[in-house]
Amino acid sequence: MATASRPRDTPLAVLVLPSLLMFVTFAVVPLFGVVVLSFTKWDGIGAILPNGLGSWQQVLADPQTWRSLWLTLLTMVITWAVQTPLSILLGTFIAGHQRYRAVLAVLYFLPLLLSSAALAIAFKALFDPNFGLGAGLHIPLLSQDWLGVQLAFPVVLAVIAWQFIPFHTLLYQGGVRQIPVQLYEAAQIDGAGRFQQFLRITLPQLKYTIITSSTLMLVGSLTYFDLVFVMTEGGPGNATRILALDMYIRGFKANQMGAASVIAVFLVVLGLGMALGVQRLGGRDKNASQLEGL
Amino acid sequence: MTTDTMRASTKKTVDVRDTGSRGVGKPNYLAGFFGWFWLAVVIIPIYYVVVTSLKNQGDYFTANPLALPIPPTFHPYQEVIANNIGTYFLNSVIVAVGAVIPIVIFAFMAAYALVRGQGRFLRFCNGLFLMGLAIPVQATIVPIYLMITKMGLYDTLPAIILPAVAFGQPLSILIVSNFVRDIPKELFESMRLDGLTDWRIMWRLAFPLTSPALVTVAIYQGLNVWNGFLFPLILTQSPDKRTMPLGLWAFQGEYTVNIPAILAAVIVSTVPILVLYVIGRRQLLSGLTAGIGK
Repeated sequence: MATASRPRDTPLAVLVLPSLLMFVTFAVVPLFGVVVLSFTKWDGIGAILPNGLGSWQQVLADPQTWRSLWLTLLTMVITWAVQTPLSILLGTFIAGHQRYRAVLAVLYFLPLLLSSAALAIAFKALFDPNFGLGAGLHIPLLSQDWLGVQLAFPVVLAVIAWQFIPFHTLLYQGGVRQIPVQLYEAAQIDGAGRFQQFLRITLPQLKYTIITSSTLMLVGSLTYFDLVFVMTEGGPGNATRILALDMYIRGFKANQMGAASVIAVFLVVLGLGMALGVQRLGGRDKNASQLEGL
Repeated sequence: MTTDTMRASTKKTVDVRDTGSRGVGKPNYLAGFFGWFWLAVVIIPIYYVVVTSLKNQGDYFTANPLALPIPPTFHPYQEVIANNIGTYFLNSVIVAVGAVIPIVIFAFMAAYALVRGQGRFLRFCNGLFLMGLAIPVQATIVPIYLMITKMGLYDTLPAIILPAVAFGQPLSILIVSNFVRDIPKELFESMRLDGLTDWRIMWRLAFPLTSPALVTVAIYQGLNVWNGFLFPLILTQSPDKRTMPLGLWAFQGEYTVNIPAILAAVIVSTVPILVLYVIGRRQLLSGLTAGIGK
């Protein structure tokens, strides 16, 4: 045994190599690459030229950068404020074992199956003022110019909610089902009503699920790209140009890869910062939180 | 905050406890109303897509958008099929399978090594992969585009596969590690006493015992790749290299007014996942919650 354990480390390290090689090449190197490229000038085809702080100055002086940052922060806050309460309620609802709730749950999860592109296209048709939902229900109020300058941003956020609430509902369903039944029995003996039970037992017991789900929502909201791109391409008139879109437009439409890299650095910093922040907020004891989380 | 949650959801031990106070007793009308209301929110868009895809273009402009198509026509589907969707479909299958197999195998080997081995190098790798969970994928597109072009892989399917394999590693390793860690130590020791090498132990012992996790990882990553939009968008160009979501997007660009055909394409692109959902709902849902670490 003693002899066997010594040379064991070497082959084990070899087993990590395929994974490590792929990860370093296509994830870690680009992460540093983005910082390097932010100090260059490159149109995506020709030579990459050093540009010093040029791209940074250009991006920081551009009011669009700050608008995009603002839209991204709004996306984050609104996404959280809308999706969290709804997901908790729905998750609690389908955690019940009534037959009809089980059937509803199966249907609730259907949006998870659609790709962002498919979803964006479907909703574009649905929101058509003349041939969409408004016309179908004969409610003129629903026949607005949903994807016009005024409404595009809230509408995109609503579609994002429609897409992601099922996933978070799934998390909360798991969370609620792990709450010990005895807690509810005791509360009932003490005469607590349904609402009291939800407030005093369900919500506090879901603490760690809430942390998990919130982290995913906040970090995830940085990276909404597919849906917004297919629905509005950032428009109309930049009304939905969140940071990820801004980066794409600068890099692959305006051919300013340096400027796009600056925005990418913003995204990385925001993402890492947020992941750390939420973790700090939720307490460092990762393992304990996981056990109770779901 | 992820690992145990995933473990709880991936192992098929969804423990259906007695609901106790939850769900038994007086029916909760308020919750019931909310539940049915949400069902409408989820179902109406899906219903709209299905019925519209079965109408011919004339009916789309004249009939009520929510009316049942009587008689239904499959003409939109014929148009979709005539329009190369087979190619997109095949490309998506190639990309998904081509990415998922290395993701699962590499991640399994790495997880085995990280759990079983010691030493600085392996600890460093572990930290690196954990950090990888917080990288916003979008932020790396400019350097990845540069690398793929330099490698001469631009506009090929491997261009989509390689980054997908890399970004699939951190989460997959995390999930699989938890399962490897759960294997009783004695089993490893007894196989070692029988004189088996790590390579053998890995395949004979760890592989079968972690297979539920591997299936979950495969489903989750497969869905991700299948629905992925950004990498195909920036790394390919010619129509015959398009994956399904990209094909959908291009299709709606060309067929702007033919909404029934566009929505038929949406449905065709979702069918494979729908089939998966119908066959293995539990596996698919646990596959989705495995994404919880992102």
